Amino acid sequence: MAKVESKTTLAKSDLPDVLREMLLIRRFEEKVEERFRAGELPGFLHVTIGEEACAVGVCRALEDGDVIASTHRAHGHTLAKGTHPNEVMAELYGKQEGCSHGYGGSMHLYDVERGNLGANAVIGGGLPQITGAALAFQMRGESRVAVAFFGDGATNIGTFHEALNMAQLWKVPAVFVLEDNHWAESTPESQHSPIRDLSDRAKAFGMKAIKVDGQDVEAVYKATRQALDYARSGKGPVYLHLDTLRFSGHYIGDPQVYRPKDEAKKLRETRDPIELLRAKLSMPDSEFEGMDAEVTEIVEASVEFAKNGTDPAPEDALKNVYA
Amino acid sequence: MPELSYREAVRDALSTAMRQDDDVFIMGEDIAEMGGSMGVTHGMLDEFGPERVRNTPISEMALAGAAIGAALQGMRPIAEIMYEDFMTLAAEQVVNQAAKHRYMSGGQLTVPVVFRTQGGAGWSPGAQHAQQLEAWFVHIPGLKVVFASTPEDVRGLLWSAIYDDNPVVFFEHRTLYGIKGDVPEKIEPIPIGKARVHREGEDVTVIATGRMVHESLAAAVEAEKEGISVEVVDPRTLQPLDEETLVASVKKTNRAVVAHEAVTRMGFGAEVAAVLQYQAFDWLDAPIERVGSRFTPLPFAPIMESYVIPHMETVLEAIYRTVNKKA
Repeated sequence: MAKVESKTTLAKSDLPDVLREMLLIRRFEEKVEERFRAGELPGFLHVTIGEEACAVGVCRALEDGDVIASTHRAHGHTLAKGTHPNEVMAELYGKQEGCSHGYGGSMHLYDVERGNLGANAVIGGGLPQITGAALAFQMRGESRVAVAFFGDGATNIGTFHEALNMAQLWKVPAVFVLEDNHWAESTPESQHSPIRDLSDRAKAFGMKAIKVDGQDVEAVYKATRQALDYARSGKGPVYLHLDTLRFSGHYIGDPQVYRPKDEAKKLRETRDPIELLRAKLSMPDSEFEGMDAEVTEIVEASVEFAKNGTDPAPEDALKNVYA
Repeated sequence: MPELSYREAVRDALSTAMRQDDDVFIMGEDIAEMGGSMGVTHGMLDEFGPERVRNTPISEMALAGAAIGAALQGMRPIAEIMYEDFMTLAAEQVVNQAAKHRYMSGGQLTVPVVFRTQGGAGWSPGAQHAQQLEAWFVHIPGLKVVFASTPEDVRGLLWSAIYDDNPVVFFEHRTLYGIKGDVPEKIEPIPIGKARVHREGEDVTVIATGRMVHESLAAAVEAEKEGISVEVVDPRTLQPLDEETLVASVKKTNRAVVAHEAVTRMGFGAEVAAVLQYQAFDWLDAPIERVGSRFTPLPFAPIMESYVIPHMETVLEAIYRTVNKKA
């Protein structure tokens, strides 16, 4: 089962691979936007452009056997947790080869074999279940941690308060990862929360909170390791607050009338997690371009894979209602 | 055959499953030291300890959701929702999560969880502690729904619910906890989806759930004095519904009354009536009668509460209407 190592930070030698993973998610999301606009993708789609360091930093820190519950903005988490881009893209195209076999779509990406308990289209919907999964680990004496992603908007919903209260009460091995991009759809944090620092939410439960820059993948990884070690050692859950940025709209096609026109563009110039790591690595342009070409090819191939995938039969809709 | 109360029968199913299987546990509000609001889990804390007879905060969403999360990891939790009315609070997790995980994941997940809850009028609990909301949950694909009316049934069906790999909403009726009945020495699982013919008859079929099974059996005795032979059938499982048994009974008697305590309008009985008229249209000699509560919230004053809910007499009047007999 879970191997508990003492690696607390990313090794320098891992960083190019981390960059590559973030870049893959970025290119994947850009492709999703493009294909949606081309009219190929049904459904509601939410891309995670700007928040790649959260997905990669957290998921890379997990051990085999740890589980996650994701949100409506799920592509990044799912890819970072190890699902092949082909399977994610095929799901967005509604194909049988998709990670939810065409039953879920963008907002319901699952990959149970890889510990992904599913993306949830109800804000805060996965949080109580992560408390429950962690409770199962605790009751069976397993050295596993259950991890929930949620956004700042979710800190106002009942499931958030009930699930975190219960998790802390029972000291279950869970990590609650707040991806604080400061927007609940179109509503800015100043309009949806009476407090300015959402780390303060954890105080109400007496829960350990860690806050880091969500654009710094090394910081995210390190904080996640710290949180996981704490939870795994039986001390209780951790509230991991990642201060991040959403460079895109809430959904693909969102005209973002609620946001100054150049805000995202300006943030992108200085706070892009991919550019920040690239600069830190002093990676030569040629090397970066090579990496970019490589991930772009993977993404292109995923579209081909998806388009050549198998359509479910209409009557497949009647399967999987009951076990 | 030993005799158990309905309450003891529920407890026996829970305790027996927990004795044989470490994955089974129960959580809910006030279920440990207090033994639950209806005393169902009384004494279980001493045998199983606070980990497995787990008191929760007053957090129906988290309680239901944590049970789902534990079920996703292979446990077989039972979440006790103290009053059926509070299922409205748990509903997001029950309806959007438990019922749909298997489907949305394309069959990757199973959700072996039971949501036990109870309600029912008769003690004047008022509008927020006695509703019958089974119709809300039979409308949700992915959920199974059970409503047992006797000690034997409640024990055998709860056992099956615990070991079913699907989420089951398990309704108990408050006024039945004290009734006693013979049960088999050892628990015999009762398959989910099988109705029970309580009493055979020739002239009218009464299809009843929960408390109304007993009211209907009493009405059948009264009707018999008037020469009317009444068959009483309890579906026991509302979803999936044993249409075959219900339709076969009505094809024999040619008349049907559907009786439940929930409000008549849009109730479970409406679906049963639809099933019967479609599958037994040519056999019906009278319109299908529906018996249920009047369309009001439950009032407090006992005199008003009694007026709103159906009784033995209400069923009897409906039986008489089907045979065109004046009460």
